[in-house]
Amino acid sequence: MNLRRLFAIALRQFYLLRGSAARFLPLFAWVTIDMVPWGFMTKYLNSVTGSRYQFVPALLGAVLFWDLMSRVMQGVTTAFFEDVWSRNFLNVFASPITTQEYIGGLLVSSIGTSLVGLVFMVLVATVAFGLSFAVYGFMAIPFVLVLFLFGLALGIAGSAIVLRLGPAAEWFVWPIPALLSPFAAVYYPLATLPEWMRWIARLLPPSYVFEGMRAIVAGRAFHATALFGACALALVYVLLAYWFFASVFRYAVKTGLIARYSAESVS
Amino acid sequence: MLLCIDSAMSGHLNSHPVLVVQELRKHYGSLQAVKGIDFQVCPGEVVGLLGLNGAGKTTTISMILGVLEPTSGSIHINGIDLARHRSRALAQTNFAAVYAPLPGNLTVYQNLHVFSLLYGVRNFAQRAEALLEQFDLARFRNTKCGVLSSGEQTRVGLAKAMLNRPCVLLLDEPTASIDPASARDIRHTIRTFVRESGVGVLWTSHNMYEVEEVCDRVLFLSHGEIILEGDPKALPGQHGLRTLEELFISVAREPWEWEAQ
Repeated sequence: MNLRRLFAIALRQFYLLRGSAARFLPLFAWVTIDMVPWGFMTKYLNSVTGSRYQFVPALLGAVLFWDLMSRVMQGVTTAFFEDVWSRNFLNVFASPITTQEYIGGLLVSSIGTSLVGLVFMVLVATVAFGLSFAVYGFMAIPFVLVLFLFGLALGIAGSAIVLRLGPAAEWFVWPIPALLSPFAAVYYPLATLPEWMRWIARLLPPSYVFEGMRAIVAGRAFHATALFGACALALVYVLLAYWFFASVFRYAVKTGLIARYSAESVS
Repeated sequence: MLLCIDSAMSGHLNSHPVLVVQELRKHYGSLQAVKGIDFQVCPGEVVGLLGLNGAGKTTTISMILGVLEPTSGSIHINGIDLARHRSRALAQTNFAAVYAPLPGNLTVYQNLHVFSLLYGVRNFAQRAEALLEQFDLARFRNTKCGVLSSGEQTRVGLAKAMLNRPCVLLLDEPTASIDPASARDIRHTIRTFVRESGVGVLWTSHNMYEVEEVCDRVLFLSHGEIILEGDPKALPGQHGLRTLEELFISVAREPWEWEAQ
């Protein structure tokens, strides 16, 4: 793997973000839009329920972590869509870059933008609503890791879908986090779900993160082994997503899709 | 082993071809877009790939660029098998095409920087300065490519195509949609680059005047086959015609007759 070529894709994204407020501001705007109403809701719940259950770390923390995963996924897909929107596939893929390097570049771009978003989210949640990450202790690290990995996997798979089906398929990709959230048990315990949904939830690494978060906040025992399993599962999804992208890319090269890729010709 | 025995004019006698295409085919189901073509391009040689729309020119170029997999046949770029060593082979080539402009939301310099990393260009700053100067782009260094005129965008595309000092340069209608004065300047710049660097160029164009001026040799493609090959200045006379344009029109109107020959 040539790191210079990987860096080229990340640098392109950096240049785009630096040169366009329309690209840079959403890193903060959507985070704020998500955090503020949930922040006030958790404060309200704390005041009306009178229970000792901590809604801020349980619910607002869950919103923050789920938002992080969504941002990671969108970081990958947005970097990929830049090539779709500017019809740049021919220029990029006629260069010596490999699919590993290209995907690596998208991942680095996403990790960079998501970390900026994460820092901002944590600041808003801490300063405005008193969310303390100390509640989660060191477990916050594997939580973030699992969500990062799963977000990257979703982003790679989403990019492969658009590469295969064309730019109009963008609309299949944006709602993926919303479609998965009921199964990932973001806002409620896994036990709330019917049995068939629980089976699906067990296949989703984020469900282990949110179960773990709630267990820690409620002071219940939580087995770290489940989280390591989730981490391994998320890694498997990253590899599967890469395999999917590489297969679609091979198909695109075989059929001439890459050479002819444009909004007009594919979808 | 293939040698460029005919490229004495370009000063590369007995050198190895920089591009060798052998038995290249591309089928889309029952449609045969390219039907087993063979050709080579020598260092310092400009080869024109001519033909009607749909003759197989862009399909051939796409296969050489590695963005379209041939059904069969082989492509060697500077001796490197494209199918086996894609990255190494593509590092030896570059291209510019009117239908592949550089991202309009990056500046000229940013685009050159990104593509210099993709092509592994050393001493980028120095190389960028030379190209910005050569293509009269210095004043547009910090201008986004999307707001440049067609001619200026073409020049940026050509600067990108020459960034890595390729052995093989693929130019798909490089002067399409630009004014005659700019087109002449661009042809002059490319010829100078070819002379100084010894790059082999595969050039497609529908402008026969341009082809006659620039190309050392032309290949006529029709229905995915090379039906005619030769010196663009001598070829029309050899077939009782006055100009390359007349020859092109004749091939276009009676392709089956020419294919039979």
